[in-house]
Amino acid sequence: MTLALEVRALRKAYGPLQAVDGLDLSAAAGAVTAVLGPNGAGKTTTVEICEGLRAADSGDVRVLGLPPGAAPLRARVGVMPQQAGAYPGARCGEMLRLMASYYRDPLNPSQLLDRLGLTAADRTPFRRLSGGQRQRLSLACAIVGRPAIVFLDEPTAGLDVQARQETHRLIRDLRDEGVAVVVTSHDMDETATLADHVVVVDSGRVVAAGTVADLTTGGDAIRFTSTPGLAVTSLPLPPGASAAEPEPGRYVVTGAVSPELVATVTAWVASQGALPQDIQVGRRSLEDVFLELTGRAVR
Amino acid sequence: MTVARPPARPAPWGAILAAQTGMELRLTLRRGESLLLTLAIPLALLGFFAAVHVPGAGIEFLVPGILALAVMSTAFTGQAIATGFERSYGVLARLGTTPLTRPLLLTAKTLGVVAVEVVQAALLVGLGLLLGWHPHGNAGTAILLLVVGTAAFSGLGLLMAGTLRAEATLAAANGVYLVLLLLGGVVFPLDRLPGWLQAIAEQLPTAALSDGLRTALGHGSGFPVHGFLVLVGWTVVGIAAAAGTFRWQA
Repeated sequence: MTLALEVRALRKAYGPLQAVDGLDLSAAAGAVTAVLGPNGAGKTTTVEICEGLRAADSGDVRVLGLPPGAAPLRARVGVMPQQAGAYPGARCGEMLRLMASYYRDPLNPSQLLDRLGLTAADRTPFRRLSGGQRQRLSLACAIVGRPAIVFLDEPTAGLDVQARQETHRLIRDLRDEGVAVVVTSHDMDETATLADHVVVVDSGRVVAAGTVADLTTGGDAIRFTSTPGLAVTSLPLPPGASAAEPEPGRYVVTGAVSPELVATVTAWVASQGALPQDIQVGRRSLEDVFLELTGRAVR
Repeated sequence: MTVARPPARPAPWGAILAAQTGMELRLTLRRGESLLLTLAIPLALLGFFAAVHVPGAGIEFLVPGILALAVMSTAFTGQAIATGFERSYGVLARLGTTPLTRPLLLTAKTLGVVAVEVVQAALLVGLGLLLGWHPHGNAGTAILLLVVGTAAFSGLGLLMAGTLRAEATLAAANGVYLVLLLLGGVVFPLDRLPGWLQAIAEQLPTAALSDGLRTALGHGSGFPVHGFLVLVGWTVVGIAAAAGTFRWQA
């Protein structure tokens, strides 16, 4: 496996705020690497350093074996920033064709517009595009030069379902062509379906890394929601199992999960005059892992 | 499965420069407020002040002054405002990650400015000739002054655009435009000003360019040493300060 991106012990502070605090990250060619984290975790700062847009305070970053911003990388790195980054007065197709003109062998801009559902907006000025159209144009601009590695900063933020799915297909195609795709996200479902490798970041550090399967194994449990405040101590559990209400209305029964245990739990909830909802048996979801790792406080 | 493919390469720099310059020009031509500033206002001022006959400011005075104003409006005011908003929209940072290098981007911007100036000069000289202007002197000297003036105003415009917020640049660039219009020897001679103010105004780039052009295009013209040196000074200060402080990200 070829590593397209290697980040070691990266640090970056803005004044007193340590945005990135000793972060390690690697991304392989032909794989989707998701950098997952809550707002303010340091995801964008990290990718902006990799793109050469910001200087690191310390640490070592290699993009395709070169330091970020090195001249040969200009044609080989695709960047989709969080802010779309287009001339407000440029038309949608005009902006993409301008970006295509920077490369010797670009993708066909008209076909790319068609694929992303932007053909009807070809002549629409950027400032009149909807948020979703801007996102799709920005993605098109990032990949039009046939890069070997792309950094996509929250590529599906604000997209409707159809556009999100087309974006996912496009990302998978890039991966299948051997492109290293680095995606930042705070969308669990998206990450779970899309990423080959997940790096969970919080407060500028990596708190977990691995495949989605790696991260979600363990923690055999039944999870459900119901009326808050049920008396979990009255639940007739087999030896080795335990029940808890980690937050009001959200219940977790841990132990060896069996059909009998599920039946016991649902019968008990019914006996309390409540309805069990969202029953989830077995593996933790990526969201559970994420919340356990990064805490529940809103930031 | 992984399909091997050759590394992506940048287009030849000439092709990038041509595409980028075309984009800069189209964007300029689409901005109505920019055309008002760079074409309509200078032409209207030339026609108006030629008609009202301010003593000491006949057509021989007005055409060089309005040419200086036109250079200022394009290279300084228009460029500062456009670049400031490009920076705030994140365009400059994004393009900085592509094969469009900073020297290519700045060259494209400069070519766009020069192209607009050629149109401005053609229209203003044409209107001046219609209104009875008889240029003398040395066209080569005039062109040299226009080039140095463009460099000076571009440096100052980019200094402003690269350091201030876009909205602050918009306000400041228009404010400076108005001040330099009044203190630039554009529509009335500087000797109408109080002595102390005249002494200051003569060191400002607009007056240096307008008086320099008047010397170059007037009767018995020599080389406008003072104006030339003032413009060179502003060029060095403006470009050095812009290069040292320009932030590509908002």
